[in-house]
Amino acid sequence: MNADFDSFKLRAEAVSAEVHHFPRKNEALDFILHYLHDAGVSDTPQAYAVWAPCPFLDGFDQKQLSATVPGVIFDVNREVSALAKVGISQLDWAIANTGTLVQDAAPVDQRLVSTLPLIHIALIRGDRLVPDLPSVLTKIRPEQTNYISFITGPSRTADIERVLTIGVHGPEKLIIVFFDDPESVN
Amino acid sequence: METKFRESIKQAVHNPNLTGALGRFSEAYRISRQKAYEGYDFEALRTRIAERKSHAASHLDELADLFTKNAETRGTKVFRTNDPAKVREYILNLARENGVKSVVKSKSMASEEIHLNKHLELAGIEVGETDLGEWIIQLAGQTPSHMVMPAIHMTKEEVATVFNEQVEKGQNPDIPKLVKFARGKMRAKFLNAEMGITGANIAVAETGTLVIVTNEGNARLVTTLPPIHVAIVGLEKLMEKFDDVVPVLTALPKSATGQLLTSYVSMISGSVPNTDGTEKQLHIILMDNRRTEMSQDPKFKQAMQCIRCASCLNVCPVFRLVGGHVFGKVYTGGIGTILTAWFDALKASDDIQSLCIQCGNCTEVCPGKIDIPGLILELRRRLAVEKGQPLLQKAIFSVVNNRRLFHSMLRAASLMQKPLQKDGFIRHLPFFLSEMTEFRSVPAIAETPLRDALKKIQQPACKEKIAFYAGCLIDFAYPEMGEALVKILNKAGIEVIFPEGQTCCGAPARYSGAYEVAAQNANDNIEALLTDNVTYVVSACPTCTVALKHEFISTFESLGQTNALPRARELADKVIDFSSLVKKLVDEGRLKFKEGQQLGKITYHDSCHLKRTLHVSQQPRDLLTRAGYEVAEMYEADMCCGMGGSYSLKLPEISAPILERKLTNIKNSGALIAVMDCPGCVMQIRGGLDHHKSTIKVEHTVQRLADELG
Repeated sequence: MNADFDSFKLRAEAVSAEVHHFPRKNEALDFILHYLHDAGVSDTPQAYAVWAPCPFLDGFDQKQLSATVPGVIFDVNREVSALAKVGISQLDWAIANTGTLVQDAAPVDQRLVSTLPLIHIALIRGDRLVPDLPSVLTKIRPEQTNYISFITGPSRTADIERVLTIGVHGPEKLIIVFFDDPESVN
Repeated sequence: METKFRESIKQAVHNPNLTGALGRFSEAYRISRQKAYEGYDFEALRTRIAERKSHAASHLDELADLFTKNAETRGTKVFRTNDPAKVREYILNLARENGVKSVVKSKSMASEEIHLNKHLELAGIEVGETDLGEWIIQLAGQTPSHMVMPAIHMTKEEVATVFNEQVEKGQNPDIPKLVKFARGKMRAKFLNAEMGITGANIAVAETGTLVIVTNEGNARLVTTLPPIHVAIVGLEKLMEKFDDVVPVLTALPKSATGQLLTSYVSMISGSVPNTDGTEKQLHIILMDNRRTEMSQDPKFKQAMQCIRCASCLNVCPVFRLVGGHVFGKVYTGGIGTILTAWFDALKASDDIQSLCIQCGNCTEVCPGKIDIPGLILELRRRLAVEKGQPLLQKAIFSVVNNRRLFHSMLRAASLMQKPLQKDGFIRHLPFFLSEMTEFRSVPAIAETPLRDALKKIQQPACKEKIAFYAGCLIDFAYPEMGEALVKILNKAGIEVIFPEGQTCCGAPARYSGAYEVAAQNANDNIEALLTDNVTYVVSACPTCTVALKHEFISTFESLGQTNALPRARELADKVIDFSSLVKKLVDEGRLKFKEGQQLGKITYHDSCHLKRTLHVSQQPRDLLTRAGYEVAEMYEADMCCGMGGSYSLKLPEISAPILERKLTNIKNSGALIAVMDCPGCVMQIRGGLDHHKSTIKVEHTVQRLADELG
C-alpha cells in the first residue's frame, strides 16, 4: 500500500497489535475464518465468536458463515459477548502516526465485542487511513455520535512493578485486518 | 516541621522497594518520554496547551454554562457545585433512587479528592476500583503513591500477599498470573454493577464532550456495562473547543507514560443505549471545590493549566526518593503540593511544600508550562505571612545581612571547630548541626573574606571595569574562586571592582518565604552595585545571578513595590554569569587559551539555576574543551546535587541520597576532575567526595580555567 500504511503497521506492531492487509474482502474473510478455527472457536460457552453488525458483512451469508465455523454469533448481546473468546467489528478510521483505530461506537454491540472477549479482530477499509489525530477529527465529530472510541493496541497495564502486561480488562490480542473494497469507496 | 512528617520521610528513603522502583522508573521515563516526543515540537505544543487551558481558566463560568447546555440537549444531566459534600450527596441520592448496591469505578482523582469511596461504603454500597493499581491499594487499605502508577511502591510478592489475604488464597507472585486473576475477579464486578463512575481528562464546552483516557480498558467497561454512568469532572478539565482536544491528547500519553497514545480513548457526548436497549442515565458532575477561586488568583491561575500527566513527579529528584506517601494526601509531588494547598487547605501544604528543592526539572517537562517551583515559593511566602516569621529565622537573617558580623561569627564558629578541621574541611559539627556533616564535610571559613583579600591584589590599570558580586560562599568560604575570576578578567584587560555595600542576594530569605527580608537585600544590593560605572555585574554563583537578574524584580512585584522595579531592571540588564562572560570574551578574542594543551578527561555538573533558569549549559563545556579538556559527560549531569541552599540543612535525609547518586555518576564518568559553576554545588559535591575519601578533584570552572589562559 503506501507510506501511511507502513507507518500504521510499524506503530501498531510496536504496541503489540497484529496487522494484516488483503486486497479483497474474500481473502480477508478467509483469513478470519481460518483464524477463528485455529483459535478454537466453537459453539460452547467461553469459545464463541461474536461479530457485530458491519458493512464488511454485506454480501456474505451469515447463516453460511455460522455453519462454516460453529460458534460464530451475529446476534450480539451482553451475555454471549461475556462468554465469547473472539469479538469482531469493523472500525471507521485508522491513524497512521499512532497505529490507532477510531470508531463511532454509540451502538453498544460495537463496544461489547471489542471489550469483553480475549481477542478482538478489527476490520478496517484500506482507504480509511489518515495521517494523524487532527485529520481524523475532521472525519468523525462529536456532533455525529455520542460515543467515539479510539483503540491503540490491546489492553495493557504496568501497574505491578512497572512490568508491561497485556490484556487486563479488555482484549489481550488485537488483530487488525485491512481490506480493500473498491465497490464501497464512495 | 512535624515529627510525623520527618518520620514518614525516613521510612520512605529507607524503603528499598519504593526507592528502587521509583528510581528505575525515573531513569526509564526520561528515555521513553524523549522517544515519544520524537518529531514533535514540544515547546510549540505546550505553548498551545498553556494558551488554551489558560483561556479556559479565564472563562470558567462561561464554559461551564456552555458545556451544561450542550450536554443537556443530548440527554445528559449536569450538576455543578463548589461543595464536595454536595457531590457525594448527589451520587448517594442517585444510588438510592435506583437501588444501586454495587459501583465500579475507573480512575478518578476528583473522586479521591472528595473521599467518595468511604462515603459510598458507609452507605452500604460496594465500591470496586477497577484500575489494577487502584484496586491493589484499595485492597491493601493504602493511598496511591503515584498519580499514574498508584501501586508502584509494591512488589509482586506484596501484591500476591494482598490478593491471598483479601480476595482468594493460592496466588503466586507471577505478574501475568496476578493480572489474569485480577481480570477474572473484576469481570464479575463489571457485569454486576448498577452504576459506573469515571473521571474525565477533558470536558469540551462547545460539544458537551467528555474525553476519557485509559490503558487497561476499564473505563470502556465502566461506561458500557452498568446502566448508570456518573462522571466527576473538575472544572479545570473544561476546554473551549473540540479542537483543543488535539494538543492535550497529543501530550498527555507522551508525558504520562511515554506512549504515543494510550490503548483507549473514549469521547462521550451524550447518552448511549444500554445493553438491554434502554437509554443510559448519564450524569456529569462539574466539581468546583475552589477551582474558580484558584483561576481568579493572579499567581495560581496557571495551576489550572495542569493536564494531570504527573511528569513533574517523574523527573523530580525528591519524589523518586520519597514517593507519594509522605505527601499524606490525594495529590502528590510538585503539582500535588499546590493542589493540596487549594483543594484541601493552605496549611495542609505546610510540611510538604518544604520537600521542593527548587531544582526546576519539572519546569522543563510540564506540558502545561506551569512554574511549579515558583508557585511552591509563593505558597511558602503565603504560609510565612499567615504564620509570621519564626524568631530564630529573624535572628539568623539579621546576622546574615550584616556581612562583617556574619563573617566574624562564621569564622568564630569555624575556629571553635579547629581541632576538627582537616585539609580545609570541617568533618563533624556538634549538637543540632551534626546532621550537616553526617554525609559530607563542609568547608572551613576563610581567615580573610574575599572583600578584604581583593584589596591586596594589584590589578593592572584598565579602561573597562566590571563589578563582582561574590555572594556568601565565595566571599567567606571560597575566596580563591573570586581571586581566580580577577586573574582571568585582568587578562582580558578588565579591572574587577568589589562594591563594598553588597550583601546577601536574598535567596535564603526568599526561599524561606521571608519576602520583606529579600526585598531589603535587593534594595541594598541595587544601591551598592549600580553606583559604579561598570559594563557588567558578574557573579560566579548561579543562585546569586538568578537573584540579581530575575528575583529582585519578582520579589518587588510580589510585594507590590513597583517603584523599585526600574532600578531592579537596570541592574538585571547588567548581570551576567561567569561562564557566559568568559565565553563572550573568548569569542571576541579578548581572552586566548594556551595552545595545543591536552589536559585529559574532565566531567561537568550542571547546576540547577544555571541550566534551567539562566539556560547556560554549553558555554562552560565549550570553554573547557577549548582549554584542552576532554569533557566526559556523567549520567544525569543536569540532575540536582541535593544542596539546594539551606535545603540540605532542613532535609539532610533527602539531600544525602540525592548527593550519593550524583557522586556515583561522577565516579562512573571516569574523569578525575569534576567541575561546576556553582560554589554551593562545589560545597556539596566536594564535601561528599571527601566523605567518601575519593581523590576526585572538585572545582569551580573559574578555578579550572584560571591557569589555562595565555
